[in-house]
Amino acid sequence: MKEFKTIAPGEELLNVENVTLRFGGVKAITDVSFNIKKGEVRAIIGPNGAGKTSMLNVINGFYHPQEGRITYRGATRSKMRPHVAAAQGIARTFQNVALFKGMTTLDNIMVGRTLKMQKPFFWHVFRHGPAMQEEIEHRKFVEEIIDFLEIEHIRKTPVGKLPYGLQKRVELGRALAMQPELLLLDEPMAGMNLEEKEDMCRFILDTKEQYGTTIALIEHDIGVVMDLSDRVCVLEYGLKIADGTPEEVKANQKVIDAYLGVAH
Amino acid sequence: MFYREAGQFKKTYAADMAVFPILQDRIGLGIILFIAAVVIPLTGSTFFISSVMIPFLVFSLAAMGLNIVTGYTGLISLGSAAFMGVGAFACFKLTTSFPNVNILVWILASGFFSAVIGALFAIPSLRIKGFYLAVATLAAQFFLEWCFVRIPWLYNYSASGAIQVPQRTLFGHIITGANATPTTRYLVLLAIVVFMTWIASNILHGRVGRTFMAVRDMDIAAELMGIRLLPAKLTAFALSSFYCGVAGAVMVTLWYTGGEASDLFNIRQSFYILFMVIIGGLGSLLGCFLGSALLNIVPLVLKYGLPSIGIAIASETAEHINHLLVGALIIFILIVEPHGMARLWQITKQKLRTWPFPY
Ligand SMILES: Nc1ncnc2c1ncn2[C@@H]1O[C@H](COP(=O)(O)OP(=O)(O)OP(=O)(O)O)[C@@H](O)[C@H]1O
Ligand SMILES: [Mg+2]
Repeated sequence: MKEFKTIAPGEELLNVENVTLRFGGVKAITDVSFNIKKGEVRAIIGPNGAGKTSMLNVINGFYHPQEGRITYRGATRSKMRPHVAAAQGIARTFQNVALFKGMTTLDNIMVGRTLKMQKPFFWHVFRHGPAMQEEIEHRKFVEEIIDFLEIEHIRKTPVGKLPYGLQKRVELGRALAMQPELLLLDEPMAGMNLEEKEDMCRFILDTKEQYGTTIALIEHDIGVVMDLSDRVCVLEYGLKIADGTPEEVKANQKVIDAYLGVAH
Repeated sequence: MFYREAGQFKKTYAADMAVFPILQDRIGLGIILFIAAVVIPLTGSTFFISSVMIPFLVFSLAAMGLNIVTGYTGLISLGSAAFMGVGAFACFKLTTSFPNVNILVWILASGFFSAVIGALFAIPSLRIKGFYLAVATLAAQFFLEWCFVRIPWLYNYSASGAIQVPQRTLFGHIITGANATPTTRYLVLLAIVVFMTWIASNILHGRVGRTFMAVRDMDIAAELMGIRLLPAKLTAFALSSFYCGVAGAVMVTLWYTGGEASDLFNIRQSFYILFMVIIGGLGSLLGCFLGSALLNIVPLVLKYGLPSIGIAIASETAEHINHLLVGALIIFILIVEPHGMARLWQITKQKLRTWPFPY
């Protein structure tokens, strides 16, 4: 495996260069380049079908782009398997909640600790000694996340039974349990009411403050994007049409056209 | 009112992570174990012990094996009986080749043989979900069944194809073969099943079990948590085959005292085990016991119970009714409660917790 550098805050954590992704004849992403700096909240916005989710899938190795290169923590690659991305500190949530439905909140978040739990199978057979110590140690960590996200009351509830807003919160918890370097959030507030959205915004900002996590955020609510993000990248039909601070992007004529649906 | 966790505060995470965190559950388990280990051996008739309890325990163990892979990991296997067969023949060969080693060692060792064979059959098909795996396990079932008949070495070249389980002792007691009493065989079997259930519960409650369930519930998200799907599925398959193998080994050593073994491990047996798991509850250890109990008891009630209360019933009719009932039960479970009897029990417990108040 390649060497991964430790990146200082403000330096480039991820760099996407000229990435093109095709599905048969459909071009989901066309020659897009952008970067993410350590410690920032980087928003990716754009109308439906713009290629935002596809971009996240490229970053964490679900899709392999036909062209382009991706540099993460100083190591460049064109292909990567998702579990390798996880090992390198990339975590994510999904647009349509992808929780483990049959498991409790606690167990879902515990799964996020899997990579950090390496005690041999032998000890698990007896659920004693090192295996149990490990369980307890990670349980403590998971309880901190549960406190942080204010979901103590649903600790032992199977997540399939939870309302949508809480499911999204558990999913964030599961991603946080991985202690990621880079957290990819795909529409974390979709389908939420105002209060839930405010909570979620608070959790995202707190995550950045408390854990120093770098965040890539896809979101349709422009107000939220402008409030939360340091820099915004705008996609439309798979092309990058704007990139910059929220103010710059807001003033960009192409973006205004894309969002208001003005004919070109 | 009596089944409550109120007042039982957990002071440590270890206590909260116990498999039975509620006191009443632990007491209940103690009572069941006491009945199984003391009351039944002292009061049960020979018939009850050898025709009800022993088959019940053997199939509970086999159902546990299948449940690990199907209920917990979400992979369908139609070859559980064949993997039992691997364990059975492995145990027979081992104990006849090395008679001085304790039989318990060989029973557990047979599990490793079927774990390896199970994993070998699973490797090519695990990349693909659902259908192909089912077909591969079906192929394993037919191929292994063929081996059990066609390879005389497996049954030590006996002319009839029957295997004669030799007499083996434990602490001076005869525990296998024609001279072992049903009660002794039952007690040894019970000890093995309790031990194996404890191990399964340990594994399934920890990291490994969570990995299985994550793969079952949402494989793409599991991969993103750093779980490698192929090794995880392979582990589940090997573990499952291990349990089936041990079930097969105890089946020939502690249940059948001799006879033709090749026929025990056919496709019907595989489906029978699958039905136990579905009816008992996918993804529940308790379900393995409930399913095995129900499917073992129904035919006995039809065959012996009804005549004893004066309802004459031909044995073929009993057989047909049994099939009808099992079929109906499966349809009922699939429609009404996909998590089987184990979930019904949980719902009852939930109700008890709040009883006598409706909420
Ligand atoms: N697995 C796939 N196979 C074929 N086409 C795909 C696949 N995934 C995405 N696409 C196509 O790629 C394009 C971009 O999709 P993507 O999901 O990335 O959009 P998005 O920006 O996330 O949209 P939304 O806001 O609706 O979530 C769409 O035209 C979509 O149909
Ligand atoms: Mg999307």
